[in-house]
Amino acid sequence: MRDVLLVRYGEVFLKGANRPHFLKVLTDNIKRAVKPLGGRVWLSDSRVYVSDFTDLAATVDRVSKVFGVYSVSPAVETEKDIDVIAAEAVNLMKGYSGTFKVQGKRSDKKFPMNSMEIAAEIGHQVLEANPALKVDVHKPQHKLMVEIRDNAYLCVEEIMAVGGMPMGTGGKAALLLSGGIDSPVAGYQLMKRGVRMCAIHFQSPPYTGELAKDKVLQLAKKLAFYSGGMRVYLVPFTKCQLEIHEKCPDELGTLITRRFMMRIAQRIAKDFGALALITGESLGQVASQTMEALCCTDAVVDMPVFRPLIGLDKTEIMEIANRIDTYETSILPYEDCCTVFTPRHPVTKPKLDTMPKVESRLDVDALVEEAVQGTEMVIVEP
Amino acid sequence: MAQAYLDNSATTRPCEAAIEAVTACLREGWYNPSSVYRPSVEAFRRVREAREKVLRAVRGEGCDAIFTSGGTEANNLAVLGAVNRMRGRQVVAVSAVEHPSVLAACEALERQGHDVRRIGVSLGGELDWEALEQALSDGASLVSVMQVNNETGWLLGGERLHDFVNGRALVHVDGVQGFLRVPFDMKWADLYTLSGHKIHGPKGVGALVVKKGVKLEPRQIGGGQEGGWRSGTENTPGILGLAAAIDAMLALGADMPERLMQKKLRLIRGIREAVPEATVNGAAPEASAPHIVNIGFPGVRGEVMLHALEGEGVYVSTGSACSSKKLKVSAVLTAAGLAPGRAEWAVRFSLSPHTTDDEIDYAAARAGELYRQLVRFQRR
Repeated sequence: MRDVLLVRYGEVFLKGANRPHFLKVLTDNIKRAVKPLGGRVWLSDSRVYVSDFTDLAATVDRVSKVFGVYSVSPAVETEKDIDVIAAEAVNLMKGYSGTFKVQGKRSDKKFPMNSMEIAAEIGHQVLEANPALKVDVHKPQHKLMVEIRDNAYLCVEEIMAVGGMPMGTGGKAALLLSGGIDSPVAGYQLMKRGVRMCAIHFQSPPYTGELAKDKVLQLAKKLAFYSGGMRVYLVPFTKCQLEIHEKCPDELGTLITRRFMMRIAQRIAKDFGALALITGESLGQVASQTMEALCCTDAVVDMPVFRPLIGLDKTEIMEIANRIDTYETSILPYEDCCTVFTPRHPVTKPKLDTMPKVESRLDVDALVEEAVQGTEMVIVEP
Repeated sequence: MAQAYLDNSATTRPCEAAIEAVTACLREGWYNPSSVYRPSVEAFRRVREAREKVLRAVRGEGCDAIFTSGGTEANNLAVLGAVNRMRGRQVVAVSAVEHPSVLAACEALERQGHDVRRIGVSLGGELDWEALEQALSDGASLVSVMQVNNETGWLLGGERLHDFVNGRALVHVDGVQGFLRVPFDMKWADLYTLSGHKIHGPKGVGALVVKKGVKLEPRQIGGGQEGGWRSGTENTPGILGLAAAIDAMLALGADMPERLMQKKLRLIRGIREAVPEATVNGAAPEASAPHIVNIGFPGVRGEVMLHALEGEGVYVSTGSACSSKKLKVSAVLTAAGLAPGRAEWAVRFSLSPHTTDDEIDYAAARAGELYRQLVRFQRR
């Protein structure tokens, strides 16, 4: 008999011929997550198991944050002997009261009892040993799961995990990380779909300071927890902003700035091997996020731009930010490059065909090139 | 590495003597001054000598000095400790431009039901004497005014304040920004706050000097150290480091403040030559503290100037905190009547006796060049 953690995976189930690959990645990611705590991880018979851990609560916490994991249950592993299993079941249900049911499951068809018989026998013995329990097979308060596989496994609690797809199975992308509330959430949403990513941050000294950079690296660190390390590209953006401010109409300033960011980001993304850009835009949130404005920013890049927050309200975004623990860092009050020359009245319905004319006053290619050349890369460890 | 460190009101570089004293105490003199064997008694004696040094530095022979964790604790102890020892509802007068450790203590007093009067200060550094008179005639029992304002260098708490109050209330002077750079005499106050790291000593140590007979309610209770006013094993490395820093400052001679003033005037001249539009926010330079000057660079936000100077190795500060949504400007400058738009341009330079002419000239020249570049780009 020993304690193990039973890990169920979600959508990976739906995969066909690719399933072994997804499961290998998922198992490796769980291994990486529990490594600091010790613990053996193995895949067997459509479950991932963790054993030999030192701290159950910490192991549960880490495993339940691995993308691709549907739920986890602290479980007891015993030999496949109905008396031994029953004794363990009685022991496990000792502290419980109220209604319960036993759910049997038998993937080892050589085991002499079928699922129904297992459930009936175990339920009977538990009921005799603990008078505080009553059977309710329809809406039980507690569900004792008994699974007969390579060994027998018993568990009562099921802790829901993050779900999603295993990190690394969703391709590579580049996240535009500003330091605000939205962009870390956007990154998280796509990491959840298995996307590995780098972050790109624009800095505008002397209009932004060292604290703003530190804040972005802190946010990247929070995200790096999920991916096991993250590259952050720091782009010197002052010159672009000053040129735009000097030569372009004020009301178009933010939009043209966004277009520069996208151009530079695409260059860096391609170097990184990314196939898409990710931004934290939400439709209509600010002037540069109206549908017309998004058309103008998309027009300067040829890779897809993923905007996972496009249909979310600010409150919904804040809720996720709180859950992934980036909110408190995001609201630190350091000026970022987006707020440096905010025009008083930005256009909300820009016309795409006016953009090239306005931008012809600038040496776009040279400015982009200079920013890309001056970019500094930092690797952030979780 | 800094080419010019001109943020000495934030903190100062510890002097060699202070570093020496701290490490020697950690290595050899680490015994508990409350124990009774020889090395402990030696530690006790050292702390007593340090206390005498503090008192001599403010002509406070005959007063007590309570060592604290720094200026904030000493200010809290002075304001809350004094009022909490009095019976009934008190009237307390403070200047509106005090350090947050005094203002927050006053807010706590208001929550207890006391009547706090915030006395305004003009841009020229003049207390609103009429309002102070009103508070005193309403029976104010404590007046707390800083010796030197940290953002502007205004000289506020001193002989003139003492003569005006004339014994009608207890007087507390927060001397954190003035100690040893502007002479002080305990004749002028009942309570005086000082801090180690503003005079090239270590952080985490300060003192409240208390005139004999003044009653205080302790804020930290326990083993009864510091005469029962501040329990907790004495921070001997900090205290001896502070004492060493005081010695080193005094060794610079009685004319040090005057030399410091000359440095400040040199800086102002240099900046004005490079940036004729620059303005001094506050009192006339000669009539304010010798080491602090607040300068407005019209059209350039202080924070931007700060980061630009940082890029050249010149470290300064702004009075203002900034938020990405709303620009907050210096509460001190706006309280004194400076328009928020102008307060946004403010940069504080603060010097030390160790600041060199080279640092000053370098900073002034860089400020001039950067200003020319930055003033072209203003938020429209």
